[in-house]
Amino acid sequence: MARVRVLVRPKEGILDPQGVAVERALPALGFDGVSNVHVGRLIELDVDDPSTVDAMCQKLLANPLVEDYEIVS
Amino acid sequence: MSDAAGTLPTVEDAVALGLTRDEYALIIEKLGREPNDVELAMFSLLWSEHCSYKHSKKLLGTLPTEGPKVLMGPGENAGAVDVGSGVAIAFKVESHNHPSAVEPFQGAATGVGGILRDIFAIGARPIAVLDSLRFGEPSSARSRYLLDGAVSGIGHYGNSIGVPTVGGEVYFEGPYEQNCLVNAMALGIANADEMIRSAAAGVGNVLVLFGASTGRDGIGGASVLASAEFGEDDSAKRPSVQVGDPFEEKKLLECSLELLRTGLLVSLQDLGAAGLTSSAAEMASKGEVGIEIAVDRVPLREAGMAPFEIMVSESQERMLCVVEPSRVDEVLALCEKWEVHGTAIGTVTDTGRVVVTQGGEVVGDMPVAALVDDCPLYDLEPAKPDAQIYPAPEAVLAGGETVSETLLALLSSANIASRLPLFQQYDWLVQSRTVRRPEQADAAVLQLEHGNAIATAIDGSGRKVACDPYWGTVGNVLECASNLACVGAEPLGTTNNLNFGNPEKPHVAWQLTEAVRGLGDACRALDAPIVGGNVSLYNEAPDGPIYPTPVVGMVGELPDPTRAGKLGFGAMGDVIALAGPFRPSLAGSELAKLRGEALPDVLPEIDIAAVRGAQEAIREAVRAGELSSAHDVAEGGVLVAIAESVLGGGVGAQIDLKTEDEAWLFGEAPGGFVVSGPPEAIERLAQRVETTVIGRVGGGALTLGEDVSWSVEELQTAHAALGTLFP
Amino acid sequence: MKFGVITFPGTCDDVDARLACARVEGSDVVALWHRDRDLQGVDAVVVPGGFSYGDYLRAGAIARFSPMMESVIEFANDGGTVLGICNGFQVLCEAGLLPGALLPNVGLRFLCRQVNLEVVDTDTRFTSGMQTGEVLSIPAKHMSGRYFVPEDQVDGVRVVVRYAHDGNPNGSSNDIAGVCNAEGNVFGLMPHPEHAVDELTGSTDGLRIFQSMAGALV
Repeated sequence: MARVRVLVRPKEGILDPQGVAVERALPALGFDGVSNVHVGRLIELDVDDPSTVDAMCQKLLANPLVEDYEIVS
Repeated sequence: MSDAAGTLPTVEDAVALGLTRDEYALIIEKLGREPNDVELAMFSLLWSEHCSYKHSKKLLGTLPTEGPKVLMGPGENAGAVDVGSGVAIAFKVESHNHPSAVEPFQGAATGVGGILRDIFAIGARPIAVLDSLRFGEPSSARSRYLLDGAVSGIGHYGNSIGVPTVGGEVYFEGPYEQNCLVNAMALGIANADEMIRSAAAGVGNVLVLFGASTGRDGIGGASVLASAEFGEDDSAKRPSVQVGDPFEEKKLLECSLELLRTGLLVSLQDLGAAGLTSSAAEMASKGEVGIEIAVDRVPLREAGMAPFEIMVSESQERMLCVVEPSRVDEVLALCEKWEVHGTAIGTVTDTGRVVVTQGGEVVGDMPVAALVDDCPLYDLEPAKPDAQIYPAPEAVLAGGETVSETLLALLSSANIASRLPLFQQYDWLVQSRTVRRPEQADAAVLQLEHGNAIATAIDGSGRKVACDPYWGTVGNVLECASNLACVGAEPLGTTNNLNFGNPEKPHVAWQLTEAVRGLGDACRALDAPIVGGNVSLYNEAPDGPIYPTPVVGMVGELPDPTRAGKLGFGAMGDVIALAGPFRPSLAGSELAKLRGEALPDVLPEIDIAAVRGAQEAIREAVRAGELSSAHDVAEGGVLVAIAESVLGGGVGAQIDLKTEDEAWLFGEAPGGFVVSGPPEAIERLAQRVETTVIGRVGGGALTLGEDVSWSVEELQTAHAALGTLFP
Repeated sequence: MKFGVITFPGTCDDVDARLACARVEGSDVVALWHRDRDLQGVDAVVVPGGFSYGDYLRAGAIARFSPMMESVIEFANDGGTVLGICNGFQVLCEAGLLPGALLPNVGLRFLCRQVNLEVVDTDTRFTSGMQTGEVLSIPAKHMSGRYFVPEDQVDGVRVVVRYAHDGNPNGSSNDIAGVCNAEGNVFGLMPHPEHAVDELTGSTDGLRIFQSMAGALV
């Protein structure tokens, strides 16, 4: 049994309005020098067989047309 | 009987849970011994203001609750009125003020979720939501944050569950800065003879819990009862914010309605404030039975929950039903179909006691009567304050503005500007009933299958009630009924939410007493009895209480939805008139607020009968299809109402009015209606109610007399001011 | 003409869609349950609006795997008529029956308002009988309606309706409001034609789409 984390983020080049909103909000709070913000999703799961996670991402957890994913254990 | 740590809670624990020492002593007397942690937790919740209404119950008993159209009055999950053809409309309003101040998105969302459950708990399918919101001035970043969060939360929940949000109101006033108000009203439809009550019945019947699993939501306050094993860092395990899941509730709704349709239930109750504690105890109390609950049968989301936690958890989206033993399997199968995990967790007994067990051992045992009926009720000690307790609002207008500037200032003020930026975040279409969309008319209109329609509006007043709790409340109730009249609807019943400060303070007690008196008198005069409602007290900050804010929701009926009234001017050449016993005054008005004037100590008396007469005349004229438009005069007075009708119709108007008289132009009072229609129709109306012709529909601008005029675009721009609050 | 309207857990506008289909003369309407596989011999399937599975993970991402959708995919591949409205459009894209994906509105807010749709392709069974350039007034209500398709694929997409008059509410590529597949038998759009079938509640322009599907629009 392993604990796996999947990070899903919008593909480069696709407008990410959530990322834009966060990037605009930070300077107002006193944080400068921030750019290239993207907002995505975290999926955490306990799996018996971690090698199946990639297929899960392809099939359900991410939409490969518009999202990239990264598996972190 | 034992508790986890082996020691009993103390009187200090009781006080930390919000009980008084006297109440704790009374509990010991009723139990015949000291309560353990499960029992103390349950008493502290059921005897809290929120559940017991201990400071308001006596006062609420003075309200009118009966009438020929009332099918279900106060005391059940929601009230219901008869709208003809065997159809009942259930409705109720409730507040979620304190949670919304903590986390506005989830506070408002779960407020909507809670009121919806009250509706389908009596077997009605929810068909509409309306919201009444109050925040501090929009110049405050915190108030803008709360507004944005609350609107998103209401949208999130209502839209996802497929119930249209068809109306509502929002106001911005200084006294709400520390204590915002989020009141949610819902309506539902049912066959009158198929509604279900919540009384548990039938000794030996089974209690089935269905919906979401139970976690530690909302337990925060009860954490003082943690046994020795829990350390301080476990506070994260007891979130005080309840998180709503509208998807779960949609399944719960469909499952509940199907269970009722197939006749599988003896009774049904939703789990709201105080979770299993209040649901089980109230079901037992209404049915005059006992209840036994095995907490280890409750499906949990978190491991290792103590019995008291399971009993007080406020996890959302859960229902409790009573089922005959032979039908439990069918109930569980239906729950499985809708994926809402039904579980048998207890039984109905004849002991008149609530017994809580874990692993077969009794961990709590209390008489139902002690829990539900024996909570002490307190008398208020009202005393009228010597002077106005609220400071004058901050001035926004410097003084010396022209009529032209004044109208634009009012139209762009936060309490008057268009609410479309809020409403466009709500689905007001789903279920295909919405005949009048937000801002098309003074009330929402929903068509029913039998060919008639219902109308509904929600109206509250804070500042006016602060000026004069009695007449301010009377005026507020009349305004709600006037809104219904403008679409052609006759009020059938009222729900109310009383939002006040600390009732143990004499001046708040006075506000509450006078407001309830006004509420009662007005509802009696309108034949619109109270069918249910809610009280939210202790809305108070160190610098003082909120404005006393009674909020009323009304439901009315109209026979022909094709004739539902509109507020926008229609045909060119129509005559514009002001109808009704309208005696406007600038006292406590929006203009007075913008000028930073001190609040008056009293408001003018209202001729309630005359206002009712005007409402009836307007209603009949609208139903007869005579009027092109009808619009109640409210905040900002006559000129604002005319501007709103210009904007609603997208067409100009030429008004011949005395231009110097500010009280006439911008003064407020109940009983004024700006109407338009063919000359003969206005003449016919004049025979039934005081009517003054004031102008004609036409042109591309709003002109007042010879000298003053505004283009439609100018009015539009001013009116769109709230858009900046939702970037 | 027999219409079938699917209900998933969380679907909201199924009843409205059934009511709309029922307004087409001579039509028959059945409800299709997500767990069933039997399409009951329908001539057209409607995948309605709402929040199937709460829009959790991604809108439509879970509903597309239901047994009923397996049957619908087979039905579509055999040339059957499939209409996806709002959440239905999202399900069809996730299922691969339509190209592209629906992303969150650029404004990041749910938006409910009437929109004007320009009919761009009248060579589909959903718009036959309409005129190219015809404008339909139909309400839109959604949180994630921004239609997206990669640059290199956008020319290959059959656009059926576009937001007209600068009225794009969600920032979709090329103002696209609805697309169909290459064969023209599967159509998805974000606005809600089933909420534009009754004069009392708004325009009746949406009814034309259902009538078209029944071959009843001439």
